[in-house]
Formats: sequence, structure tokens, C-alpha cells
Amino acid sequence: MPHPMPPLAVRAYTATSTLGRGLAAHADALAASRGGLTPNDVSSKPLACWIGRVSGLEDSPLPGEWAEWDCRNNRLAWIALQQDGFAEAVRDARARYGASRVAVLLGTSTSSIGATEEGYRRREQGRMPADLHRPALHSPHSLAGFVAAYFDLEGPCLTVATACSSSAKVFANAERMIRLGLVDAAIVGGTDTLCDSVLFGFNSLELVSPEPCRPFDAERQGISLGEAAGFALLERVQEGDDAPLFVGYGEASDAHHMSTPHPDGLGAELALRDALARAGLAPEDVDYINLHGTASQKNDEVEAALVARTFPASTRASSTKGFTGHTLGAAGVLEAAITLLAMRDSLVPANLGAVSPDPGCGPQFAWQAEHADIRIALSNSFGFGGNNACLAFAHAGAAP
Amino acid sequence: MSPALTVWVKGIGLWAPGAADWHAFVDVARGAASPGSTERPVADMLPPNERRRAPESVLLAAAAAGQAVRMSGLDAATLPCVFASAHGDQAITDYMCETLATAPTELSPTRFHNSVHNAPAGYWTIATRCHASSSAISGGETSFGAALLEAAALAVADECDVLLASYDIAGTGPLGEMTSSTGPFASALVLSPRPEGAAACLRISPEPGNSGMEASGDEWFDAIVASNPSAHGLPLMTALARTRSTALRIGAARGLDLHVDLAFAA
Repeated sequence: MPHPMPPLAVRAYTATSTLGRGLAAHADALAASRGGLTPNDVSSKPLACWIGRVSGLEDSPLPGEWAEWDCRNNRLAWIALQQDGFAEAVRDARARYGASRVAVLLGTSTSSIGATEEGYRRREQGRMPADLHRPALHSPHSLAGFVAAYFDLEGPCLTVATACSSSAKVFANAERMIRLGLVDAAIVGGTDTLCDSVLFGFNSLELVSPEPCRPFDAERQGISLGEAAGFALLERVQEGDDAPLFVGYGEASDAHHMSTPHPDGLGAELALRDALARAGLAPEDVDYINLHGTASQKNDEVEAALVARTFPASTRASSTKGFTGHTLGAAGVLEAAITLLAMRDSLVPANLGAVSPDPGCGPQFAWQAEHADIRIALSNSFGFGGNNACLAFAHAGAAP
Repeated sequence: MSPALTVWVKGIGLWAPGAADWHAFVDVARGAASPGSTERPVADMLPPNERRRAPESVLLAAAAAGQAVRMSGLDAATLPCVFASAHGDQAITDYMCETLATAPTELSPTRFHNSVHNAPAGYWTIATRCHASSSAISGGETSFGAALLEAAALAVADECDVLLASYDIAGTGPLGEMTSSTGPFASALVLSPRPEGAAACLRISPEPGNSGMEASGDEWFDAIVASNPSAHGLPLMTALARTRSTALRIGAARGLDLHVDLAFAA
């Protein structure tokens, strides 16, 4: 059953997506309501759709020492770790607590599968080509394995792969391990990169939009896929701490269908209630919700109804997938970072892409960017298999 | 060092080549029977239609999970669950990569949605009407230990009974050569923070170092362990089968083992 949790400090956090590398690039794009979607040019065969692509990955192999781990996904993770002083914060935590007292808990949906796909395209006598004969790459655990090796950490190391809720759920894993005293700090977050599996996979489900995605628009035509990496370093709150706070989480299952959400948003609502209960919050305490808002017909319909029936008009809500595309396993942490930026900058991001709002959306929706004091905020993440997560954050000093 | 997590074992399930369920495995582990023929996993918690269509990973995980939940006497609908696999459904990944390399627009939508690592967790929660949290994790070659730590932490942190199911299937194609998994195996435990109704107790402490696994000398047993990352939990399952109090180490991450004290009531 839900257990009230003591807040944790978000000691450092960072995000890299099609909006740019690091928090400043994201804050600038959100302030200007400037999205990053572009026509697809990454799939191995043409596929007409829009994507949220991180530029420059092709030209940025991992430094020689880490060449064994080189692939698009680990490159993106490595680039993201170099932003916003994140790697320094991790090294500092390792120095303070010890290598076995820092956990690496990362979410991904496809990890390094782009490298496996490439190996099949370039088969040599029916086998993986020699340069891709690297077993660690052909594993769902490649990302977390790389990050733990990069920081030389020897604490608990786990990959959560629950599709699009993956990098939200790792915040919950971290909270449990820190509260139980198993570790003193945890790197949470995740990375997913564009690859044929997701582009042609979502295409096969007829979920990909031919135009830039328009979350919560009455005329929405589906999702735009994107890639991103994001990380946060969670620790216990220190005396006089001014770090933003992670104050609650909820996890639940729809028990409905592998790729369609529960029609009444049952699992999403259970996750939301669980998060509020753990944080000791009521719906009216919530200033902003970063919605899952994929721009698929069903997801948006169900989530809009949940927001409309649960929150007062004063709560502001938006999806930021119109900026970044749906970054799948990385969406949870990317949107957690955007939520923390919204609190930091007192800026509710626009629900970019929506021109004619779906009539199912309540007064909570911020169609344009708004200035607002955001002290308590939520971020929703829902995945295939009916896997739901909701995270709650508070401004330093605003913990419930 | 870290405090120990104390959890009680309320249910156990297992499927191995030659031991189609926990009871068959107990007989083998106690020397009362030899390994039998390899049988299809019986995933009778899934509805008949799903059972027919389910990919091997889902069948295997659901077969072990179903046994463990039945032994526990608990209602699966109320149990948070952690499904763990080093490699997920390698046969589907092999199919996907093969199709993407040749005719990507012909990718099967059903295979695609079954390719997600949480497909077994998804099918399980749908079949059992479980609205509690479900997770799907991987820890590479140390997936079993990583999952045991995660499930025990969840049971203690939220004071709830937790279902843990760990499975891997054999790899196929060019991918299969990259993974260490050459045969299927699954095991499952229902872990509880409370002793009522449980025969065995696990005290789990993370400890620095990787001690590695020693060969047991039993050909059948060692072949299974070598064939499948999820079978790295076999020494624990064997000790449970023999109802023998013991201590063992299970790899949980790079440079991290779990020290497990297994105790039975006298």
C-alpha cells in the first residue's frame, strides 16, 4: 500500500533532446514556444513522418576508452551526462558516499537495439559483423551497464523497461532504495534513440502522424517519435537544502490491453492518486501537470477526461510532446526535467501543436505559455502494457 | 554496510527443461527423481486464447508466476509484480531485426507490441485483473539478483506482498550468438514482509564484490545455469527445494553481490 515518503533532493538534473543539449537550450525553447520537430531522415528506408532528432550524434563517437560501448544510444547518454555539471555531481556523490552506495537506475524502451538492427543489415555470412561483435550492446541493459562503467559505480544497477513509463518509474525505485538505506544516492533517468524498431513499429500500429504531432488537438493524427536522454541525481535532503524536491510517485496497471489505454483511465487515475497520497497532497495543491499527451486519439481522450474530472481550473496542464516528440523510454525523465524547469522559471510550457482544442479538454489546459508560480507539479507517464506512473515535485521549501 | 532486507517466501514457481513445475524440481533437487522430458510451460493463469497466441517469453513467465501465486494462496489481482529478464523475448527481437533489415514496412504490429520488455507483465496484469504496480526490468547477466533486490525492496518499502518472476528464453539468429542464453528457464517467488504462512525466510544484504558462481558438479543443474541468465537463481531455488538453511551469494550488479541467508523454521 502507498507509504508516505520523505522528500528527496534533486541534487542535479539535465536533459538533451531535439531542443538542444542541456537545460539552458530547453528553457530557451520553452520560453519561446519553439519546437524541434523535423521531417524524418533517420530510418533506413523512407518513412514520411516528423521526428524529434538530436543533431550531431553521427559525428560524436564515444571517446576511445569507452569505444566498446559505442552506439547511438550510449552516445546520446554520454553527451547528456556532460551537460549541466551532471557528471561532476555524480563524481562528487561517489567521492562522498563510495562506489557501492550510489545506484544506477535507468529506464529505456529500446536501449541499444539500433546497433542490433545495424548488425542485421550488415550481416557477414549471416552473422553479426565483427565490429558489432560486442555482446554488451545487444542487451536491454546496455545503457545502465555503460553508465555504471563510465562512473565506475558498484551499487545496485537496474534497467526498467516498461515502454514509455520506464524513466519515470526509476524515480520510485530510487526512493525505495534510499529510504531503506540500501544506497545514499541514485542516478535516475534514461535514454532512447530513434531507430527502425520504433519508427516502423509504431507505423505498423498506425499510430504515427504524417504531420508534426498535435497533442489534445481535435484534429490530432497521432504521435511524432523523438529521442532524448535525461538524468537526475537523487539524495536525501540536507539541512538548508535549496534543491528542488521529489515528493511523491504513483505506479499502477491498467489491466486492460497491451497497446490501448483503459477507456476510463483507471490505471492512470490509480497512479495519480498513489502519487498524491505518498506526497500528502490534494489535487487542488497541484499548480502544474506535465501530461503524457502523446497526440494519439485514445491516450489524449482518456488523459484529458482524467484532468477535467480531478483538478480545479487553477491547476495548469500541458503536454510538451509538440516540442520534443514522444521520446518513449526517455519521456519520463525528459518531462520530469521540463517540469522542474517550469518550476524554476515560473513558466507553464505551451501545449505546442494544438490549434483547435479537443472539446474534452477542461479549463486546466495551458494552450499558450503562461507565467505562474509553480510550487507543486506532477508529470504523467503511461506505457504499453497499461503501465502507468506519475511523479510529484515541489519547489525547495514548498514540500507538503 | 547496508542493512539487510528481511522477506518471507510465500510461493514458489519454476519451469526448467526436464522439470515442468516446482514439484518436479523439488523431486530432482532432493534426489528423488531424475529430470524428465522437456514439456511446454503450462501458463494456466492466462485465458485459453492468450495461452495459444502468447509468445514463449510470456508463457514461460506466466507459468512460473502462476505456480508461485497459487502456492501463496494470495489473489494475483492485488499483488505488485516485478518481471525480470536479461534479454526479453529474443525470438521476437530476432524477427524484428530480420524484418527491419529486409522489408521494414511489413513489420507485424502484434509482434511489435509483444516485443516490449514488459509484455509478460502486461499480459499477466491483464489476465489477473491486477491494477497494482507492475515492472519489467533487466540487469544483464545479473538480472536475477538485481530483480531479487528490487522485489525485496518493494515488499519492505511498501509493506506488501510482491510477485517476482524471472525468465529468459533461448536466443536465435545473429542476436542469439551475442547473448549467453541457449535454453529457456523461469522461476518465480512471492515475497512477503510478514512471516505468517511462510516456511522460509530470506535475509538479503548487498555486499561489494562479485564472487562468481561455483559449479555444483551436477551435470543437469550446471548445464541449466550455464544456459540462461535467469537460472543464476538456481542455487537459491535448490536450497528452497531441500528446505535447508544456508547462506549463498548471488550476483546483483557490476561489483555487487547479494548475501542471502536462507532460514527455515526448525
